[in-house]
Amino acid sequence: MHAIREAIAGFRRAPLLTALSATMVGLALFVVGLFGVATYNLHEALSRIEDRVEVVAYVRDNALDEELRILEEDVMAMPEVVGVRYVSKDQALEAARRDLPEFEDLFAGLDTNPLPASMEVELASGARTPDVVARVAERMTLHPAVEDVRYGQEWVDRLFLLQNIGGIATLILGSAFAVVAALIIGTAIRIALFARREEIQVMRLVGATNGFIRRPFLLEGAITGALGGTLAAAATWGAWWGVSNAVFPLSWIPWSWVLAGIGAGAAFGLLASAVSIRRHLQEI
Amino acid sequence: MIRLSHVSRDFPRRGRALDDVTFSVEKGEFVFLTGHSGSGKSTTLRMLHMADRPTEGEVRVAGFSSKLTSDREIWKLRRRVGFVFQDFRLLPGRTARENVAFALEVTGTPRREIGPRTSRLLSQVGLSARTGALVEELSGGEQQRVSVARALANEPLVLLADEPTGNLDERSARGILELFRDLNASGMAVLMATHDLDLVRSISDVRTLELSGGRLVFDSGA
Repeated sequence: MHAIREAIAGFRRAPLLTALSATMVGLALFVVGLFGVATYNLHEALSRIEDRVEVVAYVRDNALDEELRILEEDVMAMPEVVGVRYVSKDQALEAARRDLPEFEDLFAGLDTNPLPASMEVELASGARTPDVVARVAERMTLHPAVEDVRYGQEWVDRLFLLQNIGGIATLILGSAFAVVAALIIGTAIRIALFARREEIQVMRLVGATNGFIRRPFLLEGAITGALGGTLAAAATWGAWWGVSNAVFPLSWIPWSWVLAGIGAGAAFGLLASAVSIRRHLQEI
Repeated sequence: MIRLSHVSRDFPRRGRALDDVTFSVEKGEFVFLTGHSGSGKSTTLRMLHMADRPTEGEVRVAGFSSKLTSDREIWKLRRRVGFVFQDFRLLPGRTARENVAFALEVTGTPRREIGPRTSRLLSQVGLSARTGALVEELSGGEQQRVSVARALANEPLVLLADEPTGNLDERSARGILELFRDLNASGMAVLMATHDLDLVRSISDVRTLELSGGRLVFDSGA
């Protein structure tokens, strides 16, 4: 009870310091929030592209039905594969006509259908990694009915590279700005400690416990962190709303992320003030 | 109540501040600790409420040993020992009443008891009429009385005073000394460090210890 009263009194005694440190923490966490939104949207976009990752095996014109049946069975037997669709030469030409109407004249003048039949292999959602895709493609290449296998190796590789870069960048920047936020809170607590050093000296003198002396400052740090987190969440939402309405539509991060961010702000605040108290209380 | 056994304290730059000091103060005793500036009086008092620890030897106060009491447990000792300083160490911007109540509040006294106990303590030190005055509005003697009331908040077994009359005029100093005598008469042990020999000589029946260069050179009770 005393800790809560004193923490609130601490805010009232130095409202400017509290507002300033909460704002600074808010700004630091705002950058983390922006990165969170960017990463979340990148992840969403990439998983939509990832859904389209498939392996296409072009089969020889003279492949026998029996060979095609064995190929299909063989492919379906792989655990990473969830479906196989056979596209005949005619279906391929029809699709080409539909998708590429500007070449209609070219298609009309054809005596024979030049497009090969193909097997389109759909992979399980967790199996669209470069390794698995390459393994499936390689195995299909060995089959006598298969002439060529395409799976867009380059962009599958790039897709995964992009995803990794996004994740690592968020982690590094997030950690860096979280440290900045923690330093700000630690400094604010140090200032609060020194501002109240006379009280602390008297508290020690008359026999207040260490926990009793520390608790209001710990609470102050946690509240500053949570306030900063809330400010950052509001600023991130504002930035998201502005970009979504004026530039291009973006998805808003899940609310559980927002709550986790505010919680992390409070936890960082608590930790930062604990470190600051440990370091500076003995100087008083 | 208080026992120092072969206590020495070395400081890296200043050298030896206390050198093999041994004495004890019994329950209900009143003792003056005298000596010039730098003789080791303040260092001795700091040892007694464990703001500092001996380099050699052992200090025992109210059952707490300097060898066995950890930093985390010092608060227990501080509740058994009242401390009064030369510079009062009161919280500015607060009234006499708030300064005393603060000590009760931070040591976990139930809220409903704080008001009556604060009034009682201030009346005990003769400040009933000045409870609502800010400490800045009080005279030196009155401020020291507030500081004594605060030191008594936890009903200590022993009162330690480091030059409590050092900043006071003669009349106020005598008033504080009388207050200490009254507290002592009610059974509380008092150890008062002072370099004011006139004050010491004004009372004949009190034991006097004298420190010089960190050594105990005189004990009238020995």
